[in-house]
Amino acid sequence: MNAVDTSRRNLLKGGAAAAIVTLAPGVTLQTVQAAVTGPATNAKRWGMLIDANAPEGVWDLAVDACKAEQGWGKDEKDANPATDPQWIRKVSIKDPKTGAKASLPVMCQHCANPPCVDVCPTGASMKREDGIVLVDKHICIGCRYCMMACPYSCRSFVHEDVHGQRPHMPRGKGTVESCTMCVHRVDKGQKPACVEALNKAGSNAIMFGDLNDPNSEISRAVSKYVTQRIRADLGVEPGVHYRGI
Amino acid sequence: MRSASRILSLTILGFVLIAFGIGSGLMATSAQAGEVPLPKPAKAFKGEQCVEPTDVMRRNHFEFLKHQRDETLREGIRGNKYSLNECIDCHAVTSPDVAGGKVRTLKPFCAECHSYAAVSIDCFQCHSGAAQPGIGSQSALPADHADKALVAALEKHLNTGAKQ
Repeated sequence: MNAVDTSRRNLLKGGAAAAIVTLAPGVTLQTVQAAVTGPATNAKRWGMLIDANAPEGVWDLAVDACKAEQGWGKDEKDANPATDPQWIRKVSIKDPKTGAKASLPVMCQHCANPPCVDVCPTGASMKREDGIVLVDKHICIGCRYCMMACPYSCRSFVHEDVHGQRPHMPRGKGTVESCTMCVHRVDKGQKPACVEALNKAGSNAIMFGDLNDPNSEISRAVSKYVTQRIRADLGVEPGVHYRGI
Repeated sequence: MRSASRILSLTILGFVLIAFGIGSGLMATSAQAGEVPLPKPAKAFKGEQCVEPTDVMRRNHFEFLKHQRDETLREGIRGNKYSLNECIDCHAVTSPDVAGGKVRTLKPFCAECHSYAAVSIDCFQCHSGAAQPGIGSQSALPADHADKALVAALEKHLNTGAKQ
Protein backbone atom coordinates (compact mmCIF):
# COMPACT_ATOMS: atom_id res chain seq x y z
CA MET A 1 0.00 0.00 0.00
CA ASN A 2 1.57 3.30 -1.01
CA ALA A 3 1.45 6.60 0.88
CA VAL A 4 -1.29 8.14 -1.25
CA ASP A 5 -3.71 5.27 -0.62
CA THR A 6 -3.03 5.30 3.12
CA SER A 7 -3.79 8.98 3.48
CA ARG A 8 -6.96 8.54 1.47
CA ARG A 9 -8.03 5.71 3.73
CA ASN A 10 -7.22 7.71 6.83
CA LEU A 11 -9.23 10.61 5.48
CA LEU A 12 -12.17 8.31 4.92
CA LYS A 13 -11.78 6.69 8.33
CA GLY A 14 -11.64 10.10 9.99
CA GLY A 15 -14.77 11.14 8.15
CA ALA A 16 -16.57 8.02 9.29
CA ALA A 17 -16.39 9.08 12.93
CA ALA A 18 -18.88 11.87 12.26
CA ALA A 19 -22.52 11.11 11.76
CA ILE A 20 -22.43 12.79 8.36
CA VAL A 21 -20.00 11.68 5.67
CA THR A 22 -19.28 13.93 2.72
CA LEU A 23 -19.25 11.69 -0.34
CA ALA A 24 -18.70 14.52 -2.82
CA PRO A 25 -19.17 18.29 -2.65
CA GLY A 26 -22.83 18.80 -1.94
CA VAL A 27 -23.54 15.08 -1.46
CA THR A 28 -23.65 13.83 2.11
CA LEU A 29 -24.65 10.61 3.79
CA GLN A 30 -26.52 11.12 7.00
CA THR A 31 -27.05 8.20 9.35
CA VAL A 32 -29.79 7.75 11.88
CA GLN A 33 -28.62 7.93 15.49
CA ALA A 34 -29.22 4.69 17.38
CA ALA A 35 -31.52 5.33 20.31
CA VAL A 36 -30.56 3.46 23.46
CA THR A 37 -33.43 3.47 25.94
CA GLY A 38 -33.67 2.37 29.55
CA PRO A 39 -32.88 1.07 32.04
CA ALA A 40 -36.35 0.70 33.50
CA THR A 41 -36.61 2.45 36.86
CA ASN A 42 -39.02 2.30 39.77
CA ALA A 43 -40.11 5.86 39.00
CA LYS A 44 -42.79 4.11 36.95
CA ARG A 45 -45.23 1.42 38.02
CA TRP A 46 -47.03 0.03 35.04
CA GLY A 47 -50.56 -1.11 35.70
CA MET A 48 -53.91 -1.82 34.13
CA LEU A 49 -57.50 -1.04 34.94
CA ILE A 50 -60.03 -3.52 33.55
CA ASP A 51 -63.72 -2.66 33.37
CA ALA A 52 -65.64 -5.89 33.94
CA ASN A 53 -68.89 -4.17 32.92
CA ALA A 54 -67.70 -3.78 29.34
CA PRO A 55 -69.57 -5.78 26.68
CA GLU A 56 -68.46 -9.41 26.88
CA GLY A 57 -67.35 -9.55 23.21
CA VAL A 58 -64.41 -7.23 23.71
CA TRP A 59 -62.43 -9.76 25.72
CA ASP A 60 -62.17 -12.09 22.73
CA LEU A 61 -60.57 -9.19 20.86
CA ALA A 62 -58.03 -8.81 23.64
CA VAL A 63 -57.20 -12.53 23.73
CA ASP A 64 -56.83 -12.70 19.95
CA ALA A 65 -54.62 -9.61 19.92
CA CYS A 66 -52.38 -11.19 22.57
CA LYS A 67 -52.10 -14.42 20.57
CA ALA A 68 -51.21 -12.54 17.41
CA GLU A 69 -48.69 -10.28 19.12
CA GLN A 70 -46.89 -12.90 21.18
CA GLY A 71 -47.31 -15.90 18.90
CA TRP A 72 -48.97 -18.32 21.34
CA GLY A 73 -52.05 -20.44 20.69
CA LYS A 74 -50.98 -21.46 17.19
CA ASP A 75 -49.88 -24.97 18.03
CA GLU A 76 -53.13 -25.89 19.76
CA LYS A 77 -53.85 -28.76 17.42
CA ASP A 78 -50.87 -30.60 18.92
CA ALA A 79 -51.48 -29.51 22.49
CA ASN A 80 -53.47 -31.08 25.27
CA PRO A 81 -56.30 -28.59 25.90
CA ALA A 82 -55.79 -29.05 29.65
CA THR A 83 -52.21 -27.83 29.47
CA ASP A 84 -51.95 -25.52 26.46
CA PRO A 85 -50.38 -22.12 27.17
CA GLN A 86 -52.77 -19.32 28.09
CA TRP A 87 -51.25 -15.90 28.59
CA ILE A 88 -54.65 -14.26 29.01
CA ARG A 89 -58.02 -15.93 29.44
CA LYS A 90 -61.62 -14.87 29.61
CA VAL A 91 -63.21 -15.83 32.93
CA SER A 92 -66.99 -15.76 33.46
CA ILE A 93 -68.29 -15.11 36.95
CA LYS A 94 -71.77 -15.24 38.44
CA ASP A 95 -73.09 -14.10 41.77
CA PRO A 96 -75.11 -17.13 42.96
CA LYS A 97 -77.41 -15.00 45.11
CA THR A 98 -78.36 -12.28 42.66
CA GLY A 99 -77.62 -14.11 39.41
CA ALA A 100 -75.53 -11.18 38.16
CA LYS A 101 -73.03 -12.26 35.53
CA ALA A 102 -69.86 -10.71 34.30
CA SER A 103 -66.82 -11.77 32.37
CA LEU A 104 -63.34 -10.43 32.66
CA PRO A 105 -59.89 -11.15 31.31
CA VAL A 106 -57.33 -12.56 33.74
CA MET A 107 -53.64 -12.48 32.98
CA CYS A 108 -50.45 -12.05 35.01
CA GLN A 109 -51.38 -9.46 37.62
CA HIS A 110 -47.81 -8.09 37.81
CA CYS A 111 -47.72 -8.14 41.60
CA ALA A 112 -45.49 -5.82 43.59
CA ASN A 113 -44.72 -8.79 45.88
CA PRO A 114 -44.81 -11.62 43.37
CA PRO A 115 -44.95 -15.13 44.92
CA CYS A 116 -43.61 -16.59 41.66
CA VAL A 117 -40.37 -14.65 42.16
CA ASP A 118 -40.11 -15.76 45.80
CA VAL A 119 -40.21 -19.47 44.97
CA CYS A 120 -38.07 -19.55 41.83
CA PRO A 121 -34.96 -21.66 42.54
CA THR A 122 -32.85 -20.17 39.71
CA GLY A 123 -33.84 -16.50 39.69
CA ALA A 124 -35.50 -16.88 36.29
CA SER A 125 -38.80 -15.54 37.60
CA MET A 126 -38.14 -11.85 38.09
CA LYS A 127 -39.68 -8.44 38.53
CA ARG A 128 -38.36 -5.46 36.59
CA GLU A 129 -37.83 -2.16 38.36
CA ASP A 130 -40.98 -0.77 36.77
CA GLY A 131 -43.13 -3.58 38.17
CA ILE A 132 -43.37 -5.85 35.14
CA VAL A 133 -43.01 -9.51 36.15
CA LEU A 134 -41.18 -11.68 33.62
CA VAL A 135 -39.61 -15.10 33.15
CA ASP A 136 -35.96 -15.15 32.06
CA LYS A 137 -36.31 -18.22 29.88
CA HIS A 138 -32.54 -18.42 29.42
CA ILE A 139 -32.24 -19.72 32.98
CA CYS A 140 -35.73 -21.19 33.55
CA ILE A 141 -35.40 -24.91 34.25
CA GLY A 142 -39.11 -25.61 33.90
CA CYS A 143 -39.68 -26.77 37.48
CA ARG A 144 -43.09 -25.02 37.58
CA TYR A 145 -42.85 -23.92 41.22
CA CYS A 146 -43.99 -20.48 40.07
CA MET A 147 -47.11 -21.97 38.53
CA MET A 148 -48.01 -23.49 41.88
CA ALA A 149 -47.18 -20.31 43.74
CA CYS A 150 -49.22 -17.99 41.51
CA PRO A 151 -52.60 -17.30 43.18
CA TYR A 152 -54.08 -16.40 39.80
CA SER A 153 -52.94 -19.47 37.79
CA CYS A 154 -51.51 -17.11 35.24
CA ARG A 155 -48.37 -18.94 34.29
CA SER A 156 -48.24 -21.64 31.63
CA PHE A 157 -45.71 -24.34 30.94
CA VAL A 158 -44.85 -25.05 27.32
CA HIS A 159 -45.35 -28.78 26.85
CA GLU A 160 -45.06 -28.97 23.07
CA ASP A 161 -42.57 -27.87 20.44
CA VAL A 162 -43.12 -24.27 19.44
CA HIS A 163 -43.01 -22.97 15.89
CA GLY A 164 -43.15 -19.55 14.31
CA GLN A 165 -42.04 -17.46 17.28
CA ARG A 166 -42.26 -13.71 16.93
CA PRO A 167 -38.89 -11.89 16.73
CA HIS A 168 -39.45 -10.13 20.05
CA MET A 169 -40.85 -13.12 21.92
CA PRO A 170 -38.69 -16.23 22.01
CA ARG A 171 -40.65 -19.24 23.28
CA GLY A 172 -39.50 -22.79 23.83
CA LYS A 173 -40.59 -26.16 25.13
CA GLY A 174 -39.70 -26.76 28.77
CA THR A 175 -40.00 -23.19 30.02
CA VAL A 176 -42.72 -21.27 31.82
CA GLU A 177 -44.27 -18.18 30.30
CA SER A 178 -46.94 -15.60 31.03
CA CYS A 179 -48.19 -12.14 30.10
CA THR A 180 -45.23 -9.76 29.72
CA MET A 181 -47.46 -6.67 29.67
CA CYS A 182 -46.02 -6.41 26.14
CA VAL A 183 -42.75 -5.19 27.62
CA HIS A 184 -41.20 -4.86 24.15
CA ARG A 185 -43.94 -2.40 23.18
CA VAL A 186 -43.98 -0.57 26.51
CA ASP A 187 -40.23 0.07 26.23
CA LYS A 188 -40.89 1.73 22.88
CA GLY A 189 -43.59 3.95 24.39
CA GLN A 190 -46.49 1.93 22.98
CA LYS A 191 -49.44 0.32 24.75
CA PRO A 192 -49.82 -3.44 25.20
CA ALA A 193 -51.37 -5.24 22.23
CA CYS A 194 -54.66 -6.05 24.04
CA VAL A 195 -55.15 -2.42 25.03
CA GLU A 196 -54.40 -1.18 21.54
CA ALA A 197 -56.77 -3.72 19.96
CA LEU A 198 -59.62 -2.57 22.24
CA ASN A 199 -58.84 1.09 21.58
CA LYS A 200 -59.00 0.42 17.84
CA ALA A 201 -62.43 -1.13 18.35
CA GLY A 202 -63.50 2.01 20.21
CA SER A 203 -63.39 0.45 23.66
CA ASN A 204 -61.50 1.64 26.71
CA ALA A 205 -62.25 -1.53 28.67
CA ILE A 206 -58.58 -2.05 29.51
CA MET A 207 -56.70 1.05 30.53
CA PHE A 208 -52.91 0.97 30.66
CA GLY A 209 -50.54 3.45 32.24
CA ASP A 210 -48.20 4.52 34.99
CA LEU A 211 -49.78 4.14 38.44
CA ASN A 212 -47.01 6.28 39.97
CA ASP A 213 -47.87 9.30 37.83
CA PRO A 214 -50.81 11.09 39.54
CA ASN A 215 -51.77 12.78 36.26
CA SER A 216 -51.94 9.63 34.13
CA GLU A 217 -55.34 8.51 32.87
CA ILE A 218 -55.18 5.29 34.87
CA SER A 219 -54.20 7.03 38.13
CA ARG A 220 -57.08 9.48 37.82
CA ALA A 221 -59.49 6.61 37.07
CA VAL A 222 -58.23 4.54 39.99
CA SER A 223 -58.61 7.52 42.34
CA LYS A 224 -62.10 8.34 41.00
CA TYR A 225 -63.77 4.92 40.91
CA VAL A 226 -63.87 2.14 43.46
CA THR A 227 -61.69 -0.64 42.06
CA GLN A 228 -60.79 -4.08 43.30
CA ARG A 229 -57.82 -6.29 42.88
CA ILE A 230 -58.40 -10.03 42.80
CA ARG A 231 -57.52 -11.66 46.14
CA ALA A 232 -56.29 -8.35 47.54
CA ASP A 233 -56.28 -10.10 50.93
CA LEU A 234 -53.13 -11.97 49.94
CA GLY A 235 -51.08 -8.78 50.08
CA VAL A 236 -49.29 -9.40 46.81
CA GLU A 237 -50.26 -5.90 45.57
CA PRO A 238 -51.24 -6.68 41.97
CA GLY A 239 -50.71 -4.02 39.31
CA VAL A 240 -53.96 -4.98 37.58
CA HIS A 241 -57.10 -3.32 38.94
CA TYR A 242 -60.70 -4.29 38.14
CA ARG A 243 -63.93 -2.34 38.12
CA GLY A 244 -67.32 -3.98 38.53
CA ILE A 245 -66.47 -7.27 40.16
CA MET B 1 39.68 -45.16 4.65
CA ARG B 2 38.22 -43.73 7.77
CA SER B 3 36.90 -40.77 5.82
CA ALA B 4 35.29 -43.06 3.22
CA SER B 5 33.38 -45.00 5.85
CA ARG B 6 32.39 -41.72 7.41
CA ILE B 7 30.98 -40.49 4.09
CA LEU B 8 29.12 -43.78 3.69
CA SER B 9 27.59 -43.56 7.14
CA LEU B 10 26.58 -39.96 6.55
CA THR B 11 25.01 -40.89 3.22
CA ILE B 12 23.03 -43.67 4.89
CA LEU B 13 21.93 -41.29 7.59
CA GLY B 14 20.89 -38.81 4.90
CA PHE B 15 18.81 -41.46 3.11
CA VAL B 16 17.16 -42.45 6.35
CA LEU B 17 16.32 -38.86 7.11
CA ILE B 18 14.92 -38.24 3.63
CA ALA B 19 12.90 -41.44 3.78
CA PHE B 20 11.54 -40.47 7.17
CA GLY B 21 10.67 -37.01 5.88
CA ILE B 22 8.79 -38.40 2.89
CA GLY B 23 7.05 -40.94 5.06
CA SER B 24 5.91 -38.38 7.61
CA GLY B 25 4.83 -36.10 4.76
CA LEU B 26 2.69 -38.87 3.35
CA MET B 27 1.24 -39.52 6.78
CA ALA B 28 0.40 -35.83 7.18
CA THR B 29 -1.29 -35.78 3.78
CA SER B 30 -3.39 -38.81 4.58
CA ALA B 31 -4.35 -37.29 7.97
CA GLN B 32 -5.46 -34.07 6.29
CA ALA B 33 -7.59 -36.00 3.85
CA GLY B 34 -9.51 -37.54 6.75
CA GLU B 35 -10.18 -34.22 8.53
CA VAL B 36 -13.54 -32.52 8.74
CA PRO B 37 -13.60 -29.74 6.13
CA LEU B 38 -13.22 -26.20 7.47
CA PRO B 39 -16.51 -24.36 7.96
CA LYS B 40 -17.61 -21.90 5.32
CA PRO B 41 -20.16 -19.58 6.94
CA ALA B 42 -22.50 -17.93 4.46
CA LYS B 43 -21.78 -14.38 3.37
CA ALA B 44 -23.92 -11.69 4.97
CA PHE B 45 -27.20 -10.84 3.29
CA LYS B 46 -26.37 -7.17 3.54
CA GLY B 47 -23.61 -4.91 4.84
CA GLU B 48 -19.85 -5.14 4.54
CA GLN B 49 -18.93 -4.41 8.14
CA CYS B 50 -20.27 -6.02 11.33
CA VAL B 51 -20.59 -4.10 14.60
CA GLU B 52 -17.06 -5.23 15.49
CA PRO B 53 -14.15 -6.50 13.35
CA THR B 54 -14.62 -10.06 12.12
CA ASP B 55 -11.93 -11.62 14.35
CA VAL B 56 -13.44 -9.98 17.45
CA MET B 57 -16.91 -11.20 16.52
CA ARG B 58 -15.65 -14.75 15.90
CA ARG B 59 -14.08 -14.90 19.34
CA ASN B 60 -16.55 -12.94 21.42
CA HIS B 61 -19.99 -12.86 19.82
CA PHE B 62 -21.47 -15.12 22.51
CA GLU B 63 -20.15 -12.87 25.29
CA PHE B 64 -21.62 -9.80 23.62
CA LEU B 65 -24.98 -11.47 23.14
CA LYS B 66 -25.08 -12.89 26.66
CA HIS B 67 -24.30 -9.57 28.32
CA GLN B 68 -26.80 -7.71 26.23
CA ARG B 69 -29.56 -10.27 26.72
CA ASP B 70 -29.33 -9.78 30.50
CA GLU B 71 -29.33 -6.01 30.17
CA THR B 72 -32.30 -6.06 27.85
CA LEU B 73 -34.44 -8.59 29.67
CA ARG B 74 -33.66 -7.73 33.28
CA GLU B 75 -32.94 -4.01 33.13
CA GLY B 76 -34.96 -2.97 30.12
CA ILE B 77 -32.05 -1.37 28.25
CA ARG B 78 -32.87 -1.48 24.56
CA GLY B 79 -31.21 -0.35 21.36
CA ASN B 80 -27.67 -1.38 22.25
CA LYS B 81 -25.30 -2.55 19.62
CA TYR B 82 -25.16 -6.35 20.04
CA SER B 83 -28.61 -7.50 19.10
CA LEU B 84 -29.58 -11.00 18.03
CA ASN B 85 -32.27 -9.52 15.82
CA GLU B 86 -29.62 -7.47 14.06
CA CYS B 87 -27.65 -10.68 13.49
CA ILE B 88 -30.73 -12.04 11.75
CA ASP B 89 -31.26 -8.81 9.84
CA CYS B 90 -27.85 -8.99 8.16
CA HIS B 91 -26.78 -12.63 8.31
CA ALA B 92 -29.96 -14.58 7.61
CA VAL B 93 -29.70 -16.02 4.11
CA THR B 94 -31.70 -18.46 2.07
CA SER B 95 -30.47 -22.01 1.70
CA PRO B 96 -31.94 -24.95 -0.20
CA ASP B 97 -31.65 -27.00 3.03
CA VAL B 98 -34.04 -24.76 5.00
CA ALA B 99 -37.72 -24.58 3.96
CA GLY B 100 -36.79 -25.09 0.31
CA GLY B 101 -34.94 -21.76 0.16
CA LYS B 102 -38.11 -19.75 0.79
CA VAL B 103 -37.12 -18.04 4.05
CA ARG B 104 -33.96 -16.28 5.13
CA THR B 105 -32.54 -17.99 8.24
CA LEU B 106 -29.31 -17.92 10.21
CA LYS B 107 -28.68 -21.63 9.81
CA PRO B 108 -26.25 -21.38 6.86
CA PHE B 109 -24.26 -18.83 8.88
CA CYS B 110 -24.29 -20.01 12.51
CA ALA B 111 -24.58 -23.76 12.12
CA GLU B 112 -21.48 -24.00 9.87
CA CYS B 113 -18.98 -23.16 12.62
CA HIS B 114 -21.12 -24.45 15.48
CA SER B 115 -21.27 -27.95 14.03
CA TYR B 116 -17.53 -27.84 13.20
CA ALA B 117 -16.63 -26.81 16.76
CA ALA B 118 -19.30 -29.06 18.35
CA VAL B 119 -21.07 -26.11 19.98
CA SER B 120 -24.28 -27.46 21.42
CA ILE B 121 -26.04 -24.18 22.27
CA ASP B 122 -28.75 -23.31 19.82
CA CYS B 123 -30.35 -19.88 20.20
CA PHE B 124 -32.96 -20.79 17.63
CA GLN B 125 -34.79 -23.49 19.48
CA CYS B 126 -36.59 -20.57 21.11
CA HIS B 127 -35.61 -17.43 19.20
CA SER B 128 -36.96 -17.06 15.73
CA GLY B 129 -33.97 -17.42 13.40
CA ALA B 130 -36.03 -16.41 10.39
CA ALA B 131 -36.08 -12.94 8.92
CA GLN B 132 -39.56 -11.50 9.47
CA PRO B 133 -41.15 -8.13 8.88
CA GLY B 134 -40.08 -5.71 11.57
CA ILE B 135 -37.06 -7.66 12.72
CA GLY B 136 -34.62 -4.84 12.01
CA SER B 137 -36.75 -2.31 13.85
CA GLN B 138 -36.44 -4.19 17.14
CA SER B 139 -33.20 -2.43 17.84
CA ALA B 140 -31.02 0.05 16.01
CA LEU B 141 -27.67 -0.44 14.37
CA PRO B 142 -24.83 1.70 15.76
CA ALA B 143 -24.88 5.23 14.46
CA ASP B 144 -21.79 4.82 12.31
CA HIS B 145 -22.75 1.45 10.84
CA ALA B 146 -23.58 2.78 7.37
CA ASP B 147 -20.34 4.78 7.31
CA LYS B 148 -18.31 1.77 8.38
CA ALA B 149 -19.92 -0.30 5.66
CA LEU B 150 -19.09 2.40 3.12
CA VAL B 151 -15.48 2.63 4.30
CA ALA B 152 -15.11 -1.16 4.25
CA ALA B 153 -16.48 -1.30 0.70
CA LEU B 154 -14.13 1.49 -0.42
CA GLU B 155 -11.16 -0.16 1.30
CA LYS B 156 -11.92 -3.40 -0.44
CA HIS B 157 -12.15 -1.56 -3.72
CA LEU B 158 -8.86 0.26 -3.10
CA ASN B 159 -7.09 -2.94 -2.08
CA THR B 160 -8.20 -4.85 -5.14
CA GLY B 161 -7.30 -1.84 -7.28
CA ALA B 162 -3.79 -1.69 -5.77
CA LYS B 163 -3.17 -5.36 -6.45
CA GLN B 164 -4.02 -5.11 -10.14
